[in-house]
Amino acid sequence: MGRTLADKVYDAHVVRRAEGEPDLLYIDLHLVHEVTSPQAFDGLRLAGRTVRRPDLTIATEDHNVPTQNLLAPIADPVSRTQVETLRKNAAEFGVRLHPMGDDGQGIVHVIGPQLGLTQPGMTVVCGDSHTSTHGAFGALAFGIGTSEVEHVLATQTLPQVKPKTMAITVNGELPEGVTAKDLILAVIARIGTGGGQGYIIEYRGEAIRSLSMEGRMTVCNMSIEAGARAGMIAPDETTFAYLKGRPHAPQGAEWDAAVAYWKSLRTDDDAVFDKEVVIDAATLTPFVTWGTNPGQGLPLGESVPDPASFADPVERQAAERALEYMGLTAGTPLRDIEVDTVFVGSCTNGRIEDLRAVAEVLRGRKVADGVRMLVVPGSMKVKAQAQAEGLDEVFKAAGADWREAGCSMCLAMNPDKLAAGERSASTSNRNFEGRQGPGGRTHLVSPAVAAATAVTGRLAAPADL
Amino acid sequence: MEAFTVHTGRGVPLRRSNVDTDQIIPAVWLKQVSRTGFEKGLFSAWREDPSFVLNQPQYEGASILIAGPDFGTGSSREHAVWALQQYGFRAVIAPRFGDIFRNNSTKMGLLPVVLPAETVEALQRAAEQDPATEITVDLQAREVRGAGITAAFEIDDYTRWRLLEGLDDIGLTLRHADDITAFEQGRASWLPVTT
Repeated sequence: MGRTLADKVYDAHVVRRAEGEPDLLYIDLHLVHEVTSPQAFDGLRLAGRTVRRPDLTIATEDHNVPTQNLLAPIADPVSRTQVETLRKNAAEFGVRLHPMGDDGQGIVHVIGPQLGLTQPGMTVVCGDSHTSTHGAFGALAFGIGTSEVEHVLATQTLPQVKPKTMAITVNGELPEGVTAKDLILAVIARIGTGGGQGYIIEYRGEAIRSLSMEGRMTVCNMSIEAGARAGMIAPDETTFAYLKGRPHAPQGAEWDAAVAYWKSLRTDDDAVFDKEVVIDAATLTPFVTWGTNPGQGLPLGESVPDPASFADPVERQAAERALEYMGLTAGTPLRDIEVDTVFVGSCTNGRIEDLRAVAEVLRGRKVADGVRMLVVPGSMKVKAQAQAEGLDEVFKAAGADWREAGCSMCLAMNPDKLAAGERSASTSNRNFEGRQGPGGRTHLVSPAVAAATAVTGRLAAPADL
Repeated sequence: MEAFTVHTGRGVPLRRSNVDTDQIIPAVWLKQVSRTGFEKGLFSAWREDPSFVLNQPQYEGASILIAGPDFGTGSSREHAVWALQQYGFRAVIAPRFGDIFRNNSTKMGLLPVVLPAETVEALQRAAEQDPATEITVDLQAREVRGAGITAAFEIDDYTRWRLLEGLDDIGLTLRHADDITAFEQGRASWLPVTT
């Protein structure tokens, strides 16, 4: 019987398989950041262990870093200690680090692909749930906890039980104005936050194939929001073109050998998935969330749902609670919802293409009075590229705040946060209660919708302008 | 890791679905570099509300959390597990868990128990009607008992063995260091290095 893409990548990394035990899976790339690593390095120290493969490990500072005044010490002493701890650990264990201020610094899931470290067929892990992003290259990439971070540091492997596979096929062409973010928000609303639980999702179909690498990363990034272990897309010419010439991509004869192997990384025609979902791209429209989990989303043209309309009592109760937290009334058209903050950035939508989409909408327009807009590039390289293209001038002319690279308001571990009761349209990945600051209210949107919303002050698509 | 065999304690009913790890422990608490002190951060935003279930005196000292579906979704932060353990929980019962959270729990010796939604609901009701109700989570027998309910739960043999013995994964894996070295010799030469 044929094998899926996930089967092929998984099987190629099994170090040891024994009856009644999990497989031992080799890890090709381990990404490290300051938040989920300190206790893992401590564990190594306590046990007198070393990092087995520092040459397959890379660290960056992203979650805590301020996006202004990089030359000043981090004001929050606890954040500062955490960043300094990573620096000490990286130096002690011989791990390469991209610190704040370094031109290679950025969000862990932006720098891996940017450096060409993320390649098809690899296994990639990080103590961060959005590691699924790297699946866009046909890598098997998933988030792990701190105990597992320590395990990978010490052994370069992880005990794993092979997940099931799910195909999400998006047939046809995405309509004009509908983006990768709209697509994945619609998928999550359809299958639910637990729909992918226990599965590796493979995204397939014409609409997926037509996406750029940036768009594919946005889709795979949010696989975890559907509960999936990982998301993957088979590598193709788009993938190879993105990788060619990147600092860590193979060169010369090595490149040819790699591409020949990468081309074998597709699901066989006779392979069977454990579950299949089919979506018609033509039915998709700009999509936004109204609630407090990423599955609580609707097309922008709809209204805030009535909790009574949910047949399932658990969903009904969740909707009631969400409307109360979000300060929304059932029946309000989503386009009437006013925001005071717009955040563009994160590992979901902080890449160059996302910034271009925002600039295209903002060019010649102004951010509405009373709205603050933050544009935070995903990495210092993205920042430099945006500036080379003059995008920063467009943002500034529109009245947006152009910042340094980091996770920023996606999770509010740095000074960028919502105050209680404030409402944002955000290109990030989670609308959980308090995610962007205690009491803050988040609507997840695409970069294009974020930009249009900044202009009108209410949830809007560029076509509304 | 702390071993888990059989635990008997009182339950706290948490009647909410989709309790993500940002709720279990908000991001502000993740800045600590130590492994201790996370109990203060457990559900810290919700604990500001005096009516929140953990603030009710009848549930003080309870050690089994009885939660709604999709408990522990979202962020991979293991701090969520540490916070629950350091607060005093030994097991969480729910109809479904977030994948990474469940995995993290079994690495630390916090037992995630999956039971059907109706059984979880019945246990929640029992803990509400009589907060003194004792519940036994028996990993040896793969069974939850209490409030007149006996419910079997599934857990794979290997994870169960590891939890019963309190074994640390790294030590187990390092017994196979030769297999890892052999695998490394066969890796493709084009694979990237970070240095």
